[in-house]
Amino acid sequence: MDWSPVLISVKTAIVSICFTFFLGLWAARGVVRLKSAKTKGMIDAIFTLPMALPPTVAGFFLLYIFGTKRPVGILLQQVFSCKIVFTWQATVIAAVVISFPLMYRSARGAIEQVDQNLVYAARTFGMKERTIFWKVIFPEAKPGILAGGILAFTRGLGEFGATAMIAGNIAGKTRTLPLAIYTDVAAGDMAGAGKYVAILVAVSLIIVSAMNWKGGNRS
Amino acid sequence: MSLEVHIEKKLSNMTLKMDFVNDPANGVLGILGASGCGKSMTLKCIVGIETPDQGRIVLNGRVLFDSEKKINMKVQERRVGYLFQNYALFPGMTASANVEMAIHYSNQHKGIKTTRKEENEKAMYYMRLLHVDQLKDQYPRKMSGGQQQRVALARILASDPEVLMLDEPFSAVDAYLREQLQLELCDLLGSYGKDVLMVTHSRDEIYRFCDRMLVIEGGHQMGYGATKDLFANPETIAAARLTGCKNIVDVEILDDHHLFIPDWNAKIAVKGQIPEHTIAIGIRAHYMHPVSKEQLENYRNPKTGELENVVACSRPQILEDPFERVVVFEHHVWWKISKEIFEDVYKEKLPGYLSIPESSILYLHE
Repeated sequence: MDWSPVLISVKTAIVSICFTFFLGLWAARGVVRLKSAKTKGMIDAIFTLPMALPPTVAGFFLLYIFGTKRPVGILLQQVFSCKIVFTWQATVIAAVVISFPLMYRSARGAIEQVDQNLVYAARTFGMKERTIFWKVIFPEAKPGILAGGILAFTRGLGEFGATAMIAGNIAGKTRTLPLAIYTDVAAGDMAGAGKYVAILVAVSLIIVSAMNWKGGNRS
Repeated sequence: MSLEVHIEKKLSNMTLKMDFVNDPANGVLGILGASGCGKSMTLKCIVGIETPDQGRIVLNGRVLFDSEKKINMKVQERRVGYLFQNYALFPGMTASANVEMAIHYSNQHKGIKTTRKEENEKAMYYMRLLHVDQLKDQYPRKMSGGQQQRVALARILASDPEVLMLDEPFSAVDAYLREQLQLELCDLLGSYGKDVLMVTHSRDEIYRFCDRMLVIEGGHQMGYGATKDLFANPETIAAARLTGCKNIVDVEILDDHHLFIPDWNAKIAVKGQIPEHTIAIGIRAHYMHPVSKEQLENYRNPKTGELENVVACSRPQILEDPFERVVVFEHHVWWKISKEIFEDVYKEKLPGYLSIPESSILYLHE
């Protein structure tokens, strides 16, 4: 059995959750702090869009942005001499974009649940906004934020459509587990695909049950 | 040293308009009003959680808010203490961590460096002051309402604010603990020496705690002055109602010494001069005096033969309190009397008339 899809997937999922977690948290905090309901709704819609769209559409947009003949792609290539499309980095970008809304929405919900009086009280003690976020809001919202992180991680692990669009399906380079399953099935190798399926199911099951077990402990 | 508040804020259902100056030398200022009258909003404007549309807030010479000069100080800069209705203790921290946190950050904000040990000692000092030192390792959710309140108060006092604001401080405390807490708080606040504002809808709390009071109705100030004076002479209908006066009736002024109460079909004759803008009078239910048939003749005007200063009572409804009986007659005539006297004298035969002593009449205007 070729273990490279497992390694690539795990690496992609771990690196992408690092980005997604903090980006989602930062975005959630930013949106919660917005005063105007109109801007809030608009930005929220944009942040949620990757979840509502088919991943291939998100992948299409990513190709459109990072493509080698596109301004951003050309800029990256000429200034940093790095190519995004059809590289391992592209699998991370795809996973981040697709899993971001899950993180963002869970974190936003959790932050909004925090008793606003705690924030006001903290302010009367002279605490800076950043300190309030990490010392008061974050500990209160932690269960919801962590749940969002776990969901985003499993979503990143299972990402297929956008990855195929922007990273392709290059064996040993960008072929993640879902892509490997697709490739094996397409080649008629059901037994090979089955092994990858088993790994993916096992990992996801472990993570989700760990989350439930932790959540059950709390209450 | 004082707190000056002159603010206006448009709310969905009314306009809040506050205008008062508080001097801590005069003791605790109570803000009395029904729920939704704008009393909590007033405190929130002072804290900086809400922003008034216009006006000025000055605390000990520091301008916290000035719409003309476009000053709106951040909550962090204002140095105000606010006891939230739900106490707002940080749930993830022990009692002492809560207090230490307030000490740490308020000192940091003032540019004072303190060690963990100093912070801990100071926290313990305030927790001992409020008799919650034995709770230092407890989490808020394990504490009773009264304990949470004391810890929250310790936390606020430890942060050394320039004004202390209490928002319905006893609403979440069990009734049997309330009086004990009130006694302790009375002691503490009596010697505090800084501005203390307390918002409540309970006239008893205001009367016990506050040397001066402010009556609010529909966002407007309906009375401001020494508590005892306002209870003795509320002047406005709103103040009379909020200070617990049960009998409030519209009147027609006949002349300087005579009134007519249409609702009760009663005539009132007084020796003193009736104030000019009187549109209603109030009589506290305790001061209504029962009149027997034989005594009734004493209330007849010798010249005209009309009955004066008595109201005919019929169709009673009786509310039983532990130590008191409240009798409500037709046309909302309220009479309160101690349980013993009621049981001994009036239980079998309720008086047919109640008299209104001149000394008990509160002359009220809008």
